[in-house]
Amino acid sequence: MDSRLTQFDELAGADGCTRAPYRKLSQWLAATPPELLASRREQAELLFRRIGITFAVYGAQEATERLIPFDILPRILSRGEWTTLEKGLIQRVAALNAFLADIYSAGDILKAGIVPADLVYRNPAYCPDMAGRRVPYDIFVHIAGVDIVRTDDQGFFVLEDNARTPSGVSYMLENREVMMRLFPELFALHRVAPIENYPDELLATLRSVAPPRANGDPTIVLMTPGQYNSAFYEHSFLADKLGVELVEGRDLFVRDDVVFMRTTEGPRRVDVIYRRIDDDFLDPLCFRPDSALGVAGLMGAYHAGNVTLANAVGAGAADDKAMYTYMPEIIRFYLGEAPLLQNVPTFRCREADALAYVLDRLDELVVKEVNGSGGYGMLVGPHATRAQIEEFRAKLKAQPQNFIAQPTLALSTCPIALASGVAPRHVDLRPFVLQGANGARVVPGGLTRVAMTEKSLVVNSSQGGGTKDTWVIDDAWVDEEAAGQA
Amino acid sequence: MRIRIRHETTYRYAEAPRMAVQHLRLTPRNHDGQHVVGWRIDVDRDCRLVQSEDAFGNTLHRFSVDGPIESISTVVEGEVTTFDMAGVVSGAVERFPPILYMRETPLTAPNAAISAFAREATSKESGALAKLHTLLGALHESLTFDADVTHATTTAAECFEHRQGVCQDFAHLFIASAREIGAPARYVSGYFLRSDAEDQVAGHAWAEAYVEDLGWVGFDPTHGVSPHENHVRVAVALDYLGAAPIRGAQSGGAGETMDVKICVAQAPVFSQSQSQSQ
Repeated sequence: MDSRLTQFDELAGADGCTRAPYRKLSQWLAATPPELLASRREQAELLFRRIGITFAVYGAQEATERLIPFDILPRILSRGEWTTLEKGLIQRVAALNAFLADIYSAGDILKAGIVPADLVYRNPAYCPDMAGRRVPYDIFVHIAGVDIVRTDDQGFFVLEDNARTPSGVSYMLENREVMMRLFPELFALHRVAPIENYPDELLATLRSVAPPRANGDPTIVLMTPGQYNSAFYEHSFLADKLGVELVEGRDLFVRDDVVFMRTTEGPRRVDVIYRRIDDDFLDPLCFRPDSALGVAGLMGAYHAGNVTLANAVGAGAADDKAMYTYMPEIIRFYLGEAPLLQNVPTFRCREADALAYVLDRLDELVVKEVNGSGGYGMLVGPHATRAQIEEFRAKLKAQPQNFIAQPTLALSTCPIALASGVAPRHVDLRPFVLQGANGARVVPGGLTRVAMTEKSLVVNSSQGGGTKDTWVIDDAWVDEEAAGQA
Repeated sequence: MRIRIRHETTYRYAEAPRMAVQHLRLTPRNHDGQHVVGWRIDVDRDCRLVQSEDAFGNTLHRFSVDGPIESISTVVEGEVTTFDMAGVVSGAVERFPPILYMRETPLTAPNAAISAFAREATSKESGALAKLHTLLGALHESLTFDADVTHATTTAAECFEHRQGVCQDFAHLFIASAREIGAPARYVSGYFLRSDAEDQVAGHAWAEAYVEDLGWVGFDPTHGVSPHENHVRVAVALDYLGAAPIRGAQSGGAGETMDVKICVAQAPVFSQSQSQSQ
């Protein structure tokens, strides 16, 4: 069985005719000598080394920080494709927020029997401490990273909702910066929608949810677990772009339900914390008592309404992989609309029928841990060894409720530039959705992750995946041509 | 029965912290089995004591104090009238459906040994209530009280390995076992009136499990009985951490020691301290 037969390539299309958005890139590639591509690849490597963009990999024995592979060919979406995607993303995040506001208050969706109550209340990410609390403007998810894949020309599938502390946006921004230096001629050929305004949009989003007492001039900080966190580079990068202080728990303290930051000029009151630290570590008085990363009393200040946390505590209750399977129903329930983005068909292993089906087809399916992330605790059936499959079989039988399974999708491919020439590789896309009191916005593009090894479907950077710049192009010729092709 | 309680907790520091924050769950609430006649809470530091209700409906007091802090002493004192309800807890503040109390926590996570024990011990019984009582008896029999074996962060699994511990450990073990046989269960911190001594060095802890058609029922594995009029219920949670009488944190400082003095006594019939609050 050759999966390449059914595979959709975003440049070549299904029928081998170059798809409209890629026409100029394709022409340019045909006219460009391989030596030029090779030298640009070297330049890109140099640029990233100079910038110092790294990612820590847990479990790797060698250096804990490494450079994420970067591919120099852009991934291109037409404005039309993007518009569809953008609407779907905004709808999805609106539903996530409505769902969270509901499960932490009236629980209408549970009473209606649409989502099983035990799935919510027994979810480790459901935070009892948030029950009965309102958060500013009922927004729990201010920043979402929604993982998107496609398998053909038609629609997009949502693979995963990341509603906790999604990372990767620094790569989106850096990739664009590097691309603009490497390929001014390609930018001249296309009208690429800008993404450089992401930090401004993020800042506006964070300001919009500040407590009223900040009077429109809130003090915002970015809270990191520290330099040993895998995304520390991103934390410092973003703090710098946002023009806000990068703080660790020990830089903050709470007095009488107000959060302060220690500064050289004395304590300064903090209004909004963009936290890139998990719920469990936020406040040793409410969560893990052994957490040295958090701030004692922070939850008290939060409940008193004196500080806004983004994302809200307990937001993870919505992005769990078991909850994911209910997203189409969740969207219909709160918004009364049909979902614009499809879910990947998913088997809930907690259901006996589904479990039996999955156990029979472990060599075909992708099995994921409900609470896993970053490609850890995942089985890709068609690429797994006998031993890996048996290991998962045992795990599944022991705790079926902890797993979901999905068909192995023939993820779309995009061309990447290798030393040996241009070749297709599987990609996904993580756009970043911002939800503030002043509305939702998505900068056009996102982080395209690419599996660097041939046929691999795992794109996670923790598993050796790379990234690409993602272009949304506004050129009229794309739509005209797409119409002609159709 | 009318029970008078005085509970004093003193933290001392060899090296004074710059600042300290504490969360207190030291104030009982009413339910059908207990009526709080009078209760006061006093911290010997200059601070603002903020009262609120936590997620589980417990009364929570919070405060932060500036240092240097050599010691912090917290005293709660009051009287509670109790009634024997055969362990059934009704009329209490409930903030969650019982299913929430099926959540595992690190302190109450069952291991294979606990799971096997719970299933075997209850295999002959049918009916949730009978199973839970059998479980209570089995645990009470197999556990030995020993304050030197365990500490505040001992898990149910660790306690079960030694078959030794204190009331907190036994409560965790009961909770883990009860959830294993499908009963939602939770941790209760409180006080216990002993027949042999008024002065105590620690509060008491037990568990509650949810029984369909009956509601929440208390189980005290330390004594092998359901709570009765000698038990005063203060706070409930998924485990000790959520119901702990005091949780604190400080910045700077070192060498913390804690001293607890608890007196639980039957109140005189004509008590002078009974406050007819106006």
